[in-house]
Amino acid sequence: MDVLTTEFRDALEALDRPRIETLFQQALSHGRPMQVVEELIVPTLEQLGEAWSTGHVALSQIYMSSRICEEIVSRVLPPMAPERKGQPRQAIVVLSDYHMLGKRIVLSVMRASGFDVLDYGRMEAEALVERVVADQVAILLISVLMLPAALKVREVRAALQARGLPVRIAVGGAPFLFDPALWREVGADAMGRNAAEAVAVVGKWVEESTW
Amino acid sequence: MVTSMQRMLTAMAHREPDRVPVFILTTMHGAKELGLTIRDYFSRAGHVVEGQLRLLKKYRGDCLCPAFYAALEMEAFGGETIFIDNGPPNAGAPVLNRAEEIDRLEPPRVTEAPGLNRALEVIRALRAQVGETVPIMGSVTSPFSLPIMQMGFEPYLQLIDGQPERFARLMRVNQAFCVEWANAQLAAGATAIGYADPLSSTTNIPRALYLKTGHPIARETLARIHGPTAIHLASGRGLPIAEDLVATGTAAVGVSTLEDLAEWKAAVRGRLTVVGNLNGVAMRRWSPAQAEKEVKQAIAKAAPGGGFVLADNHGEIPWQVPDEVLLALREAVEQWGRYPLEWVERP
Repeated sequence: MDVLTTEFRDALEALDRPRIETLFQQALSHGRPMQVVEELIVPTLEQLGEAWSTGHVALSQIYMSSRICEEIVSRVLPPMAPERKGQPRQAIVVLSDYHMLGKRIVLSVMRASGFDVLDYGRMEAEALVERVVADQVAILLISVLMLPAALKVREVRAALQARGLPVRIAVGGAPFLFDPALWREVGADAMGRNAAEAVAVVGKWVEESTW
Repeated sequence: MVTSMQRMLTAMAHREPDRVPVFILTTMHGAKELGLTIRDYFSRAGHVVEGQLRLLKKYRGDCLCPAFYAALEMEAFGGETIFIDNGPPNAGAPVLNRAEEIDRLEPPRVTEAPGLNRALEVIRALRAQVGETVPIMGSVTSPFSLPIMQMGFEPYLQLIDGQPERFARLMRVNQAFCVEWANAQLAAGATAIGYADPLSSTTNIPRALYLKTGHPIARETLARIHGPTAIHLASGRGLPIAEDLVATGTAAVGVSTLEDLAEWKAAVRGRLTVVGNLNGVAMRRWSPAQAEKEVKQAIAKAAPGGGFVLADNHGEIPWQVPDEVLLALREAVEQWGRYPLEWVERP
């Protein structure tokens, strides 16, 4: 699907909705929905994520592309569809911060990539831990924009550890981009520089999982 | 003796002063000096005046930075501010919950906003204290970037994409407010205005969109501000729009740590003063030796010929950055920032 991926990426960058729809339908005529997700949507979003990380496309393009992909994929793979990757259970949250766009993008990219992810919205550390325990979440994605919020990941990790819960935490957001050592300092297991990297991290953890 | 004001004006005239000017942009650290919470610190003009004067003495920077916090402007629009103990206050819930509300939105008057008047009182008091020896940096959020706080980032991107008339109306309202607020700060004694416009960064929107939106808005707005301005993209990238930023009429640009200072200097030499670009987030864990290395590198890249002010890359030093680092940074400027910069290899 290399040529198709290039065309699809161009259409997404240009926000050319009719062309996006045509290319998606074309791909569906040759493969199952999950195959199209894995061979067209995921590689395209990966390319766009990398292009954002290197300054070649903008956040607004990533946002619009991710929402469009989420929408077209949900039509053929509705939430909770058996083909979706919902186990081990995954959740995403904005921790102690008021900047929601990063989480929205990661959530869309995750869903467009075939994952079922619980959306926790915005939460403080203590309530988040309770929710994670109650939902038996195994993979937690934490999005922040401000440095004080990034430092609170430490509290989440400590509280989960105190309960003996082996939850894997992936973090993302500006403070982690500007200080590449920060994610380890706060006790995360991985850091995504962009939404597509979050997908790659979770995909790897899902494959490794024994749930 | 050369004053900070003379030093900055010489650098901004693209000539070499006695040493590289350094802006240590600590908005919140004054609360530590006074032993106050951040909320209490910003609740009284006298606290901020005292905090800024103590920080000026302690760090020996070349400007006063009486900016409160971005959400102060949202208070004027009826918004609330959420304070935390260890970082900048955030804007609370959006004041525009539906796009239709833009149709009835009017620009708030600066004179009727208690928070803005407190900030003006700080500028007046600082000017009275330092006379014309130290630049005082005022600040505004650009009309184009303000809606991220007014309505939330996601709804705002949707507005730009799908409702051009409402977007235009919102820009007119914000522009009227921004111009009045900037000029009130200049009238109170601010030397220049930092024009925070993060949305215009190519990290956030593509250049083509910027040319249709943030760029013309900046041109119009800056033309109506009665003093020099510095566009700040708040850590976002800007090199691909460097020429466009020059065309806005700004005098200076704040540069991201994600970009190379030497490239910026080459791109805007003699036209814009480059301000930056020390990594404020990473600074928190720097050793004094690392601070010296970073300062030296920045000076080598951008200081020859003037047209450079050393500062952090965001326009605000995080609360978590310790004194030890800021003092080491300042000491390094003393050691390596004296003109002529004979230790710097010329290309």
